[in-house]
Amino acid sequence: MEKIVCVLCPMGCKIKYNAVDGKIISLEGNRCPRGVSYLEDELREPKRIVPTSVRVINGEMPLVSVKTSKPIPRRLISQFMQTVKNVKVEAPVRVGDVIIKNVLETGADVIATRTVKRVNSA
Amino acid sequence: MKTDVLVIGAGAAGMGAAIAAAKRGLNVVIAERDEITGGILNQCIHNGFGLHYFREELTGPEYAERFREQLEKLSDRIKVFTDCHVLKLGEDRKALLVSPKGILELEAKAVVYTSGARERPFGSLMIPGDRPSGIFTAGVAQRLMNIDNRKVGHRALIVGSGDIGMIMARRLTLEGTEVVAVVERLPYPGGLLRNVIQCLKDFNIPLYLSSTVIEVKGRERLEEVVIANVDEQFKPIPGTERSFKVDTLILSVGLIPQVEMLDGLVQTDRRTKGVACSNIGQSSREWIFAAGNCTAIFDLVDYVTKEGERAGEYASRYAMGERFSQNVPISPGENVMLTFPNFYNAVDDLTLYVRCKKPMEKAMLKVGNFEKIFEDLIPSEMIVAKIPNQKLSGLDRIVVELKEV
Repeated sequence: MEKIVCVLCPMGCKIKYNAVDGKIISLEGNRCPRGVSYLEDELREPKRIVPTSVRVINGEMPLVSVKTSKPIPRRLISQFMQTVKNVKVEAPVRVGDVIIKNVLETGADVIATRTVKRVNSA
Repeated sequence: MKTDVLVIGAGAAGMGAAIAAAKRGLNVVIAERDEITGGILNQCIHNGFGLHYFREELTGPEYAERFREQLEKLSDRIKVFTDCHVLKLGEDRKALLVSPKGILELEAKAVVYTSGARERPFGSLMIPGDRPSGIFTAGVAQRLMNIDNRKVGHRALIVGSGDIGMIMARRLTLEGTEVVAVVERLPYPGGLLRNVIQCLKDFNIPLYLSSTVIEVKGRERLEEVVIANVDEQFKPIPGTERSFKVDTLILSVGLIPQVEMLDGLVQTDRRTKGVACSNIGQSSREWIFAAGNCTAIFDLVDYVTKEGERAGEYASRYAMGERFSQNVPISPGENVMLTFPNFYNAVDDLTLYVRCKKPMEKAMLKVGNFEKIFEDLIPSEMIVAKIPNQKLSGLDRIVVELKEV
Protein backbone atom coordinates (compact mmCIF):
# COMPACT_ATOMS: atom_id res chain seq x y z
CA MET A 1 0.00 0.00 0.00
CA GLU A 2 1.13 3.53 -0.77
CA LYS A 3 0.93 6.27 1.86
CA ILE A 4 -0.04 9.90 1.38
CA VAL A 5 -0.84 12.79 3.75
CA CYS A 6 -3.94 14.78 2.92
CA VAL A 7 -3.16 18.52 3.07
CA LEU A 8 -6.71 19.84 2.78
CA CYS A 9 -7.01 20.59 6.48
CA PRO A 10 -4.89 20.52 9.65
CA MET A 11 -6.13 17.04 10.56
CA GLY A 12 -3.50 15.81 8.10
CA CYS A 13 -5.02 12.35 7.63
CA LYS A 14 -2.53 9.69 6.64
CA ILE A 15 -4.22 7.86 3.79
CA LYS A 16 -3.11 4.37 2.77
CA TYR A 17 -4.18 3.30 -0.69
CA ASN A 18 -3.71 0.94 -3.60
CA ALA A 19 -3.91 2.32 -7.12
CA VAL A 20 -3.46 0.86 -10.56
CA ASP A 21 -2.87 3.20 -13.51
CA GLY A 22 -4.03 6.17 -11.47
CA LYS A 23 -7.25 4.46 -10.43
CA ILE A 24 -7.88 3.91 -6.72
CA ILE A 25 -8.55 0.27 -5.88
CA SER A 26 -8.77 0.68 -2.10
CA LEU A 27 -8.04 3.28 0.55
CA GLU A 28 -8.18 3.77 4.31
CA GLY A 29 -7.30 6.39 6.91
CA ASN A 30 -9.24 9.36 5.56
CA ARG A 31 -11.54 10.83 8.17
CA CYS A 32 -13.75 12.62 5.66
CA PRO A 33 -14.83 12.24 2.01
CA ARG A 34 -12.58 15.13 0.94
CA GLY A 35 -9.65 12.75 1.41
CA VAL A 36 -10.91 10.69 -1.53
CA SER A 37 -11.06 13.64 -3.92
CA TYR A 38 -7.69 14.83 -2.62
CA LEU A 39 -6.14 11.47 -3.46
CA GLU A 40 -7.82 11.41 -6.89
CA ASP A 41 -6.39 14.85 -7.61
CA GLU A 42 -2.93 13.90 -6.35
CA LEU A 43 -2.84 10.94 -8.73
CA ARG A 44 -4.06 12.96 -11.70
CA GLU A 45 -3.30 16.65 -11.16
CA PRO A 46 -2.22 17.95 -7.72
CA LYS A 47 -4.18 21.03 -6.68
CA ARG A 48 -3.74 23.58 -3.92
CA ILE A 49 -5.57 26.51 -2.40
CA VAL A 50 -3.22 29.49 -2.75
CA PRO A 51 -3.34 32.24 -0.13
CA THR A 52 -1.59 35.50 -0.96
CA SER A 53 -2.34 39.22 -1.09
CA VAL A 54 -3.26 41.94 -3.57
CA ARG A 55 -2.48 45.67 -3.65
CA VAL A 56 -5.19 48.05 -2.46
CA ILE A 57 -5.58 51.66 -3.55
CA ASN A 58 -6.86 54.18 -1.01
CA GLY A 59 -7.13 51.52 1.67
CA GLU A 60 -6.29 51.75 5.36
CA MET A 61 -3.55 49.22 4.61
CA PRO A 62 -1.49 48.58 1.45
CA LEU A 63 -2.62 44.99 0.95
CA VAL A 64 -5.74 42.90 1.10
CA SER A 65 -5.21 39.22 1.81
CA VAL A 66 -6.85 36.84 -0.69
CA LYS A 67 -7.18 33.14 -1.46
CA THR A 68 -8.42 30.97 -4.29
CA SER A 69 -12.00 29.90 -3.66
CA LYS A 70 -10.99 26.30 -4.36
CA PRO A 71 -7.78 24.42 -5.10
CA ILE A 72 -6.09 25.25 -8.42
CA PRO A 73 -3.59 23.06 -10.31
CA ARG A 74 -0.21 23.20 -8.62
CA ARG A 75 1.59 23.68 -11.95
CA LEU A 76 -0.23 27.01 -12.41
CA ILE A 77 0.89 28.52 -9.09
CA SER A 78 3.75 30.65 -10.44
CA GLN A 79 1.60 31.89 -13.31
CA PHE A 80 -1.12 32.62 -10.75
CA MET A 81 1.30 34.69 -8.66
CA GLN A 82 2.31 36.72 -11.74
CA THR A 83 -1.36 37.43 -12.48
CA VAL A 84 -2.13 38.47 -8.91
CA LYS A 85 0.95 40.70 -8.73
CA ASN A 86 -0.43 42.93 -11.48
CA VAL A 87 -3.86 43.39 -9.92
CA LYS A 88 -4.85 46.41 -7.86
CA VAL A 89 -8.21 46.94 -6.24
CA GLU A 90 -9.86 50.11 -5.04
CA ALA A 91 -10.89 50.23 -1.37
CA PRO A 92 -13.25 49.53 0.28
CA VAL A 93 -12.96 45.74 0.03
CA ARG A 94 -15.22 43.40 2.00
CA VAL A 95 -14.26 39.92 3.15
CA GLY A 96 -15.61 37.48 0.53
CA ASP A 97 -15.49 39.99 -2.37
CA VAL A 98 -14.45 38.45 -5.68
CA ILE A 99 -11.21 40.12 -6.78
CA ILE A 100 -10.60 38.03 -9.94
CA LYS A 101 -13.27 35.82 -11.45
CA ASN A 102 -12.34 32.39 -12.83
CA VAL A 103 -8.63 33.02 -12.50
CA LEU A 104 -6.58 31.42 -15.34
CA GLU A 105 -9.74 29.57 -16.43
CA THR A 106 -9.43 27.27 -13.39
CA GLY A 107 -13.01 27.74 -12.26
CA ALA A 108 -11.69 29.24 -9.02
CA ASP A 109 -12.18 32.87 -8.05
CA VAL A 110 -9.72 34.99 -6.11
CA ILE A 111 -11.61 36.22 -3.06
CA ALA A 112 -10.73 38.74 -0.35
CA THR A 113 -10.10 37.25 3.09
CA ARG A 114 -10.16 40.58 4.94
CA THR A 115 -12.10 43.80 5.01
CA VAL A 116 -10.08 46.88 4.10
CA LYS A 117 -11.79 50.20 4.70
CA ARG A 118 -11.25 53.21 2.51
CA VAL A 119 -9.22 56.19 3.62
CA ASN A 120 -9.82 59.43 1.80
CA SER A 121 -6.77 60.26 -0.27
CA ALA A 122 -5.53 63.78 0.24
CA MET B 1 -13.36 53.92 35.66
CA LYS B 2 -14.75 50.56 36.76
CA THR B 3 -15.64 47.42 34.87
CA ASP B 4 -16.59 43.84 35.65
CA VAL B 5 -13.96 42.11 33.50
CA LEU B 6 -10.80 43.52 31.99
CA VAL B 7 -9.35 41.48 29.11
CA ILE B 8 -5.71 42.22 28.26
CA GLY B 9 -5.05 41.41 24.60
CA ALA B 10 -7.50 41.11 21.70
CA GLY B 11 -6.14 38.09 19.86
CA ALA B 12 -7.96 34.81 19.55
CA ALA B 13 -8.01 34.14 23.31
CA GLY B 14 -8.91 37.71 24.30
CA MET B 15 -11.76 38.04 21.80
CA GLY B 16 -13.15 34.67 22.90
CA ALA B 17 -12.93 35.68 26.57
CA ALA B 18 -14.57 39.09 26.05
CA ILE B 19 -17.46 37.63 24.03
CA ALA B 20 -18.05 34.87 26.59
CA ALA B 21 -18.12 37.40 29.44
CA ALA B 22 -20.43 39.82 27.62
CA LYS B 23 -22.82 37.00 26.76
CA ARG B 24 -23.24 36.42 30.50
CA GLY B 25 -24.35 40.04 30.77
CA LEU B 26 -21.21 41.56 32.22
CA ASN B 27 -19.43 44.76 31.24
CA VAL B 28 -16.09 44.15 29.61
CA VAL B 29 -13.12 46.30 28.66
CA ILE B 30 -10.67 44.80 26.20
CA ALA B 31 -7.27 46.46 25.90
CA GLU B 32 -5.20 45.80 22.74
CA ARG B 33 -1.85 47.39 21.96
CA ASP B 34 -2.17 46.99 18.17
CA GLU B 35 -4.35 49.29 16.08
CA ILE B 36 -6.92 46.59 15.36
CA THR B 37 -8.23 43.50 17.11
CA GLY B 38 -7.27 40.01 15.96
CA GLY B 39 -3.68 39.77 17.14
CA ILE B 40 -1.26 37.69 15.11
CA LEU B 41 -4.18 36.19 13.10
CA ASN B 42 -4.14 39.35 10.97
CA GLN B 43 -0.73 38.55 9.51
CA CYS B 44 -1.36 34.79 9.13
CA ILE B 45 -2.93 35.06 5.67
CA HIS B 46 -2.55 31.31 5.01
CA ASN B 47 -5.45 28.90 5.44
CA GLY B 48 -5.77 26.23 8.11
CA PHE B 49 -7.73 27.99 10.82
CA GLY B 50 -11.16 27.28 12.21
CA LEU B 51 -11.63 23.64 11.28
CA HIS B 52 -12.51 22.58 14.81
CA TYR B 53 -14.39 25.72 15.78
CA PHE B 54 -16.31 26.56 12.60
CA ARG B 55 -15.98 23.21 10.79
CA GLU B 56 -14.60 25.03 7.80
CA GLU B 57 -11.16 26.12 6.81
CA LEU B 58 -10.41 29.82 7.02
CA THR B 59 -7.41 32.11 6.74
CA GLY B 60 -6.20 34.01 9.81
CA PRO B 61 -7.81 37.34 8.83
CA GLU B 62 -11.14 35.60 8.08
CA TYR B 63 -11.05 33.82 11.44
CA ALA B 64 -10.30 37.09 13.24
CA GLU B 65 -13.03 38.94 11.37
CA ARG B 66 -15.75 36.55 12.53
CA PHE B 67 -14.92 37.34 16.16
CA ARG B 68 -14.45 41.04 15.44
CA GLU B 69 -18.03 41.11 14.12
CA GLN B 70 -19.27 39.56 17.36
CA LEU B 71 -17.35 42.14 19.41
CA GLU B 72 -19.14 44.83 17.42
CA LYS B 73 -22.55 43.22 17.95
CA LEU B 74 -21.92 43.23 21.70
CA SER B 75 -20.57 46.78 21.70
CA ASP B 76 -23.07 47.94 24.32
CA ARG B 77 -21.26 45.72 26.83
CA ILE B 78 -17.75 45.38 25.37
CA LYS B 79 -15.56 48.47 25.15
CA VAL B 80 -12.62 47.89 22.83
CA PHE B 81 -9.56 50.05 23.48
CA THR B 82 -7.03 49.66 20.66
CA ASP B 83 -3.60 51.31 20.46
CA CYS B 84 -3.73 50.85 24.20
CA HIS B 85 -0.95 49.56 26.46
CA VAL B 86 -1.55 48.23 29.94
CA LEU B 87 1.39 49.76 31.78
CA LYS B 88 0.76 48.12 35.09
CA LEU B 89 -1.58 45.74 36.85
CA GLY B 90 -1.60 46.06 40.63
CA GLU B 91 -2.54 43.80 43.50
CA ASP B 92 -5.46 46.18 44.11
CA ARG B 93 -7.02 45.03 40.78
CA LYS B 94 -6.33 48.43 39.26
CA ALA B 95 -4.79 48.64 35.79
CA LEU B 96 -3.06 51.64 34.28
CA LEU B 97 -3.97 51.98 30.61
CA VAL B 98 -2.17 54.35 28.27
CA SER B 99 -3.16 55.28 24.73
CA PRO B 100 -2.96 58.36 22.48
CA LYS B 101 -6.16 59.49 24.20
CA GLY B 102 -4.39 59.65 27.55
CA ILE B 103 -4.02 57.68 30.74
CA LEU B 104 -6.85 55.78 32.37
CA GLU B 105 -7.02 53.98 35.69
CA LEU B 106 -9.38 51.03 35.45
CA GLU B 107 -10.62 48.93 38.32
CA ALA B 108 -11.85 45.42 37.45
CA LYS B 109 -13.49 42.67 39.47
CA ALA B 110 -11.66 40.05 37.41
CA VAL B 111 -8.94 40.11 34.76
CA VAL B 112 -8.40 37.77 31.82
CA TYR B 113 -4.80 37.93 30.69
CA THR B 114 -4.35 36.89 27.05
CA SER B 115 -1.08 38.46 25.97
CA GLY B 116 0.09 35.65 23.68
CA ALA B 117 3.73 34.80 23.11
CA ARG B 118 7.00 36.29 21.89
CA GLU B 119 9.33 34.73 19.36
CA ARG B 120 12.59 33.35 20.63
CA PRO B 121 15.13 35.94 19.49
CA PHE B 122 18.37 35.51 17.52
CA GLY B 123 20.46 36.54 20.53
CA SER B 124 19.31 33.53 22.52
CA LEU B 125 20.70 31.05 19.97
CA MET B 126 24.36 31.88 20.69
CA ILE B 127 25.37 31.48 17.01
CA PRO B 128 28.99 32.55 16.44
CA GLY B 129 29.86 35.11 13.77
CA ASP B 130 28.81 38.56 12.66
CA ARG B 131 25.66 40.53 13.45
CA PRO B 132 24.72 42.09 10.11
CA SER B 133 21.26 43.17 8.95
CA GLY B 134 19.10 40.63 7.15
CA ILE B 135 18.24 38.46 10.14
CA PHE B 136 14.54 38.29 11.01
CA THR B 137 12.26 36.23 13.16
CA ALA B 138 9.59 34.50 11.10
CA GLY B 139 6.79 36.55 12.61
CA VAL B 140 8.50 39.84 11.87
CA ALA B 141 9.17 38.75 8.27
CA GLN B 142 5.52 37.70 8.04
CA ARG B 143 4.30 41.06 9.24
CA LEU B 144 6.61 42.94 6.87
CA MET B 145 5.38 40.92 3.89
CA ASN B 146 1.71 40.45 4.67
CA ILE B 147 0.78 43.72 6.35
CA ASP B 148 3.38 46.28 5.26
CA ASN B 149 4.01 44.98 1.71
CA ARG B 150 7.81 44.80 2.08
CA LYS B 151 10.12 42.18 0.61
CA VAL B 152 12.64 41.01 3.19
CA GLY B 153 15.42 39.80 0.85
CA HIS B 154 16.42 37.89 -2.28
CA ARG B 155 17.90 34.61 -1.03
CA ALA B 156 16.94 33.20 2.33
CA LEU B 157 17.75 30.35 4.67
CA ILE B 158 15.24 29.38 7.34
CA VAL B 159 16.14 27.97 10.74
CA GLY B 160 13.48 25.81 12.33
CA SER B 161 10.91 23.56 10.65
CA GLY B 162 7.93 24.40 12.84
CA ASP B 163 4.75 25.36 11.04
CA ILE B 164 5.63 29.03 11.00
CA GLY B 165 9.05 28.34 9.44
CA MET B 166 7.61 26.13 6.72
CA ILE B 167 4.71 28.48 5.97
CA MET B 168 7.19 31.33 5.61
CA ALA B 169 9.29 29.19 3.26
CA ARG B 170 6.27 28.97 0.94
CA ARG B 171 5.32 32.61 1.39
CA LEU B 172 8.83 33.86 0.57
CA THR B 173 9.00 31.58 -2.46
CA LEU B 174 5.64 32.77 -3.79
CA GLU B 175 6.77 36.38 -3.44
CA GLY B 176 9.99 35.79 -5.34
CA THR B 177 12.53 35.27 -2.56
CA GLU B 178 14.54 32.13 -3.20
CA VAL B 179 14.57 29.85 -0.16
CA VAL B 180 17.75 27.74 -0.32
CA ALA B 181 17.09 25.57 2.73
CA VAL B 182 15.11 24.94 5.87
CA VAL B 183 17.39 23.73 8.66
CA GLU B 184 16.10 21.65 11.59
CA ARG B 185 18.09 20.54 14.63
CA LEU B 186 15.84 17.56 15.37
CA PRO B 187 15.86 14.35 13.30
CA TYR B 188 12.21 14.95 12.28
CA PRO B 189 10.29 17.99 11.03
CA GLY B 190 9.01 20.32 13.75
CA GLY B 191 5.59 21.05 12.23
CA LEU B 192 2.62 19.32 10.65
CA LEU B 193 3.24 16.86 7.82
CA ARG B 194 0.77 18.72 5.62
CA ASN B 195 3.09 21.72 5.76
CA VAL B 196 6.13 19.62 4.87
CA ILE B 197 4.21 18.71 1.71
CA GLN B 198 2.42 21.88 0.69
CA CYS B 199 5.10 24.33 1.82
CA LEU B 200 8.39 22.53 1.15
CA LYS B 201 7.95 19.53 -1.20
CA ASP B 202 5.60 21.43 -3.53
CA PHE B 203 8.32 24.03 -4.10
CA ASN B 204 11.36 21.70 -3.94
CA ILE B 205 12.75 23.45 -0.88
CA PRO B 206 15.36 21.22 0.79
CA LEU B 207 14.86 20.33 4.45
CA TYR B 208 18.08 19.54 6.33
CA LEU B 209 17.28 17.50 9.45
CA SER B 210 19.70 17.01 12.35
CA SER B 211 21.41 20.22 11.23
CA THR B 212 22.08 23.63 12.71
CA VAL B 213 23.53 27.01 11.83
CA ILE B 214 27.08 27.29 13.13
CA GLU B 215 28.13 30.67 11.76
CA VAL B 216 26.73 33.82 10.17
CA LYS B 217 28.96 36.07 8.07
CA GLY B 218 28.43 39.53 6.64
CA ARG B 219 29.51 43.15 7.01
CA GLU B 220 26.56 45.47 6.45
CA ARG B 221 24.12 42.88 5.17
CA LEU B 222 24.15 39.13 5.72
CA GLU B 223 26.32 37.40 3.09
CA GLU B 224 26.79 33.80 4.13
CA VAL B 225 25.40 31.20 6.52
CA VAL B 226 27.24 28.02 7.45
CA ILE B 227 25.35 24.95 8.62
CA ALA B 228 26.54 21.57 9.90
CA ASN B 229 25.06 18.24 10.92
CA VAL B 230 24.61 17.66 14.64
CA ASP B 231 25.00 14.59 16.82
CA GLU B 232 22.43 13.39 19.34
CA GLN B 233 23.53 16.04 21.83
CA PHE B 234 22.98 18.70 19.12
CA LYS B 235 26.76 19.25 18.89
CA PRO B 236 27.98 20.14 15.36
CA ILE B 237 29.92 17.33 13.68
CA PRO B 238 33.24 18.60 12.26
CA GLY B 239 33.68 18.05 8.55
CA THR B 240 29.95 18.28 7.75
CA GLU B 241 29.91 22.05 7.19
CA ARG B 242 27.99 23.42 4.24
CA SER B 243 27.88 27.07 3.22
CA PHE B 244 25.06 29.10 1.65
CA LYS B 245 25.38 32.54 0.11
CA VAL B 246 22.22 34.26 1.35
CA ASP B 247 21.20 37.79 2.27
CA THR B 248 18.42 36.74 4.61
CA LEU B 249 18.15 34.45 7.61
CA ILE B 250 14.70 33.70 9.00
CA LEU B 251 14.36 32.26 12.49
CA SER B 252 11.45 30.09 13.47
CA VAL B 253 12.83 28.60 16.63
CA GLY B 254 10.00 28.69 19.08
CA LEU B 255 7.60 30.85 21.00
CA ILE B 256 7.83 31.88 24.63
CA PRO B 257 4.70 32.81 26.60
CA GLN B 258 4.63 36.49 27.41
CA VAL B 259 4.14 36.83 31.16
CA GLU B 260 6.17 39.87 32.23
CA MET B 261 3.19 42.02 33.17
CA LEU B 262 2.16 39.47 35.78
CA ASP B 263 5.64 39.21 37.37
CA GLY B 264 5.20 38.88 41.10
CA LEU B 265 1.42 38.56 40.76
CA VAL B 266 1.03 34.93 39.65
CA GLN B 267 2.96 31.67 39.50
CA THR B 268 4.36 30.47 36.19
CA ASP B 269 4.92 26.85 35.19
CA ARG B 270 8.50 25.62 34.94
CA ARG B 271 7.90 23.59 31.77
CA THR B 272 5.46 25.69 29.73
CA LYS B 273 7.05 28.93 31.01
CA GLY B 274 3.53 30.33 30.89
CA VAL B 275 1.03 31.46 33.51
CA ALA B 276 0.18 28.40 35.61
CA CYS B 277 -3.58 27.82 35.31
CA SER B 278 -6.33 25.42 36.18
CA ASN B 279 -8.77 23.94 33.67
CA ILE B 280 -11.03 26.96 34.19
CA GLY B 281 -8.20 29.36 33.36
CA GLN B 282 -7.72 30.55 36.93
CA SER B 283 -4.18 31.51 37.94
CA SER B 284 -2.63 31.34 41.40
CA ARG B 285 -4.12 34.78 42.09
CA GLU B 286 -7.82 34.05 42.23
CA TRP B 287 -9.05 37.14 40.32
CA ILE B 288 -6.56 36.72 37.45
CA PHE B 289 -7.52 34.29 34.70
CA ALA B 290 -5.35 33.56 31.66
CA ALA B 291 -5.72 31.82 28.33
CA GLY B 292 -3.96 31.16 25.04
CA ASN B 293 -0.28 31.26 24.23
CA CYS B 294 0.63 33.16 27.41
CA THR B 295 -0.22 29.96 29.32
CA ALA B 296 1.24 27.31 26.97
CA ILE B 297 2.01 27.26 23.26
CA PHE B 298 -0.95 25.76 21.40
CA ASP B 299 -0.97 24.05 17.99
CA LEU B 300 -4.25 25.43 16.73
CA VAL B 301 -5.97 28.75 17.19
CA ASP B 302 -9.26 26.85 17.63
CA TYR B 303 -7.98 25.53 20.97
CA VAL B 304 -6.92 29.04 21.98
CA THR B 305 -10.41 30.38 21.30
CA LYS B 306 -11.97 27.59 23.38
CA GLU B 307 -9.59 28.25 26.27
CA GLY B 308 -10.30 31.99 26.00
CA GLU B 309 -14.04 31.40 26.13
CA ARG B 310 -13.68 29.18 29.17
CA ALA B 311 -11.48 31.71 30.99
CA GLY B 312 -13.97 34.46 30.09
CA GLU B 313 -16.87 32.44 31.45
CA TYR B 314 -15.20 31.62 34.77
CA ALA B 315 -13.79 35.14 35.16
CA SER B 316 -17.39 36.38 34.80
CA ARG B 317 -18.65 33.92 37.38
CA TYR B 318 -15.86 35.06 39.70
CA ALA B 319 -16.78 38.71 39.07
CA MET B 320 -20.38 37.86 40.03
CA GLY B 321 -19.24 36.46 43.36
CA GLU B 322 -18.75 32.74 42.75
CA ARG B 323 -15.65 31.19 44.34
CA PHE B 324 -13.83 28.06 43.15
CA SER B 325 -12.49 25.40 45.48
CA GLN B 326 -9.21 23.57 45.83
CA ASN B 327 -7.13 22.68 42.75
CA VAL B 328 -5.42 19.34 42.07
CA PRO B 329 -1.94 19.61 40.52
CA ILE B 330 -1.37 17.95 37.14
CA SER B 331 2.11 16.81 36.22
CA PRO B 332 3.72 15.08 33.23
CA GLY B 333 4.81 11.46 33.68
CA GLU B 334 6.24 8.81 31.36
CA ASN B 335 6.92 9.96 27.74
CA VAL B 336 5.21 13.30 28.34
CA MET B 337 7.11 16.51 27.64
CA LEU B 338 4.45 18.88 28.86
CA THR B 339 0.82 19.12 29.79
CA PHE B 340 -1.71 21.89 30.10
CA PRO B 341 -3.56 22.93 32.25
CA ASN B 342 -1.36 22.82 35.34
CA PHE B 343 -4.19 22.30 37.85
CA TYR B 344 -7.58 20.64 37.84
CA ASN B 345 -10.69 22.09 39.39
CA ALA B 346 -13.67 19.73 39.63
CA VAL B 347 -16.15 22.50 38.77
CA ASP B 348 -15.66 21.60 35.08
CA ASP B 349 -14.48 18.72 32.92
CA LEU B 350 -10.81 18.58 32.03
CA THR B 351 -9.71 19.40 28.50
CA LEU B 352 -6.16 18.16 28.59
CA TYR B 353 -3.43 19.15 26.14
CA VAL B 354 -0.36 16.91 25.96
CA ARG B 355 2.91 16.97 24.06
CA CYS B 356 4.81 13.68 23.88
CA LYS B 357 8.57 13.48 24.40
CA LYS B 358 9.42 11.49 21.27
CA PRO B 359 7.69 10.21 18.13
CA MET B 360 5.59 7.09 18.92
CA GLU B 361 3.55 4.85 16.63
CA LYS B 362 0.87 4.02 19.16
CA ALA B 363 0.47 5.01 22.78
CA MET B 364 -2.08 4.81 25.59
CA LEU B 365 -2.85 8.07 27.36
CA LYS B 366 -3.46 7.36 31.05
CA VAL B 367 -4.90 10.03 33.35
CA GLY B 368 -6.56 8.88 36.56
CA ASN B 369 -9.14 6.28 35.47
CA PHE B 370 -9.13 7.59 31.92
CA GLU B 371 -7.43 5.66 29.12
CA LYS B 372 -7.36 6.36 25.41
CA ILE B 373 -5.19 5.14 22.55
CA PHE B 374 -3.55 7.61 20.16
CA GLU B 375 -1.65 6.80 16.97
CA ASP B 376 1.21 8.46 15.07
CA LEU B 377 2.31 10.75 17.87
CA ILE B 378 4.95 13.40 17.32
CA PRO B 379 6.01 16.09 19.80
CA SER B 380 4.92 18.89 17.46
CA GLU B 381 1.32 17.68 17.32
CA MET B 382 -0.62 18.25 20.52
CA ILE B 383 -2.83 15.49 21.81
CA VAL B 384 -6.17 16.77 23.08
CA ALA B 385 -8.37 14.70 25.36
CA LYS B 386 -11.64 15.64 27.00
CA ILE B 387 -11.76 13.88 30.36
CA PRO B 388 -15.04 13.74 32.28
CA ASN B 389 -15.17 14.66 35.95
CA GLN B 390 -15.99 11.17 37.24
CA LYS B 391 -12.73 9.75 35.83
CA LEU B 392 -10.77 12.09 38.09
CA SER B 393 -12.75 12.13 41.32
CA GLY B 394 -10.89 11.55 44.56
CA LEU B 395 -7.42 12.17 43.15
CA ASP B 396 -5.13 14.52 45.05
CA ARG B 397 -2.53 14.49 42.32
CA ILE B 398 -2.93 13.83 38.58
CA VAL B 399 -0.08 12.32 36.56
CA VAL B 400 -0.33 12.23 32.77
CA GLU B 401 1.36 9.25 31.14
CA LEU B 402 1.82 7.90 27.62
CA LYS B 403 2.54 4.19 27.56
CA GLU B 404 3.78 2.73 24.29
CA VAL B 405 1.55 -0.13 23.09
